[in-house]
Amino acid sequence: MIQISPHAEAALTCTLDERSLYLRRLVLGSVRSAGRGHVGPALSLIEMVRVLYDDVLRIDPKNPRHPERDRAILSKGHGCLALYALLADRGFFPLSELDGFCGPDSILGGHPEYGMVPGVEASTGALGHGLSIGVGLALAARMRERSYRTFVLLGDGEINEGSVWEAAMGAAKHGLDNLVALIDYNKLQSYGPTDYVLPLEPLADKWRSFGFAVQELNGHDVGALRTVLKQVPAVPGKPTAIICHTVKGKGLPAAESNADWHHKNKLTDSELDAIRVAVGDF
Amino acid sequence: MRNTAMNMVHKLATRDERVLYIGSDPGAGTLRAMSKEFPKRHLIEGISEAHIIGMSAGLAMEGFVPYVNTIATFLTRRCYEQVAVDLCLHNLPVRLIANGGGLVYAPLGPTHQAIEDIAIMRALPNMTVICPCDADEAARLMEQTLDWTGPIYIRLGKGGDAVVSKAEHGFEIGKAILMRPPGDVVMVTTGIMLQRALAAADLLAAQGIRAGILHMHTVKPLDTEALLQAARATRLLVTLEEHVPSGGLGSAVAETLIDKLGSGLPAMLRLSLPDRFMHNYGSQDSLLKKHGLSADAIATSIERTLAASHTSSPQLHST
Repeated sequence: MIQISPHAEAALTCTLDERSLYLRRLVLGSVRSAGRGHVGPALSLIEMVRVLYDDVLRIDPKNPRHPERDRAILSKGHGCLALYALLADRGFFPLSELDGFCGPDSILGGHPEYGMVPGVEASTGALGHGLSIGVGLALAARMRERSYRTFVLLGDGEINEGSVWEAAMGAAKHGLDNLVALIDYNKLQSYGPTDYVLPLEPLADKWRSFGFAVQELNGHDVGALRTVLKQVPAVPGKPTAIICHTVKGKGLPAAESNADWHHKNKLTDSELDAIRVAVGDF
Repeated sequence: MRNTAMNMVHKLATRDERVLYIGSDPGAGTLRAMSKEFPKRHLIEGISEAHIIGMSAGLAMEGFVPYVNTIATFLTRRCYEQVAVDLCLHNLPVRLIANGGGLVYAPLGPTHQAIEDIAIMRALPNMTVICPCDADEAARLMEQTLDWTGPIYIRLGKGGDAVVSKAEHGFEIGKAILMRPPGDVVMVTTGIMLQRALAAADLLAAQGIRAGILHMHTVKPLDTEALLQAARATRLLVTLEEHVPSGGLGSAVAETLIDKLGSGLPAMLRLSLPDRFMHNYGSQDSLLKKHGLSADAIATSIERTLAASHTSSPQLHST
């Protein structure tokens, strides 16, 4: 019997502050405009992305290619609505772009593209690519004696991919303590529970055994995320894995822990009403 | 050819600090001298091709020029999505040095025989595909790789292939080399089929048939101008390739001719491996011979086709 992590229980019950609700309004506004989007995977990710972009990453929206900027890769590219909301809010591009999500002339597609979206470091969408790219970025920083750090956000379903574990071995081999993997552990992938599709537990032990320093927390707890992310590397000489226990669809009761909200092609009027009740007018 | 290409990586690393060698699990001692001189730029990353391609992409994003090296089938089939997305979509200067293109690993069976690599690499936007014919040409090619924009797939032969390329021909990526002027027939070759074509041309000359040879070391981007000049100057265009009939040199040539010449097409003969996996072992040469790609067989096919073309209108042929 797998024990439920107290962090997972906390993720289910924790409340969201006004900034988290505001970011959800941005995400859901894009979904409403486009009539589509990966809703659940973005809502589980928001606090992780928020704390990275608000409090951790050394970045300059006016100079998004600064050589010493920290690198962040959304390896679970389908969570892009959360990333777009943060990038727009931080000034990488105008907030009005969010309304064009998935439109024919938009810079914002259903998966983020390098060269199209300011602030996006790598095109993702095919899963299992980001950590390897991150290893390359982190190794380059080491070789070039640069101070930037590399953060890679991974989905829990994504780490079904064997390439992730190849990358994990590579990161440990090189002792890349300038590399941080954040796992959005919402325990629900497209078809259903991760435990049903391809069990991941014992997940923390897996990352530890692959040579990572591992932290676990409630991925909706902004304070806990700040504390942990400001203390990387957790162990000098080792890459860090932060397992963020989250709730798919967090903040939208109809979508919470509901695989039907993994991706939506359209929203009904009653669903839009439910969103208004949950996050306010948007 | 392989040793030359590897040594060229070391040579390039000596003069350009962006150059990295990244091997998966190559033979013991591969580039030992480079590993001693530049230990931080000689990376052995394990049998993890998907990861290695992604990691190379990350390094290239930061200004490095990684030369990734393993067996051709593993560098193409295993990590195709990483090559497509991480390298081609981002258009990054990663060089894929593929050992054992074609049937070099004949004794090791179909898992090691790269018979469709040109097709699947050529299909990817931004990818450049080059098949040098011998060690000297491989060296000239490698000199051109430092500052080429975007990824390059380099299909290497066995090593010890007869040296037939000449320094005076030079080497420019995307520029075909006219080895013999067009005659009754022009053979278009890539990789080590050039040696077979030269021998076949001598056999044909003994029969009074003048055979031109256009060496298309770069299959993508294809040298359209050189191809059209050759096609307009001959009665029969023959493509030779150590590759399945789908998607390789013959396909690239046929596509170009149809696009550019339309109804003015010359007669065309595509000589290639069959559309099936090889279940015979032996050697590269024995398998080429078995499938009609020895010099003798090539000359015979051309003689027959020319004879038939005297009595029929131009048409496409394929083995």
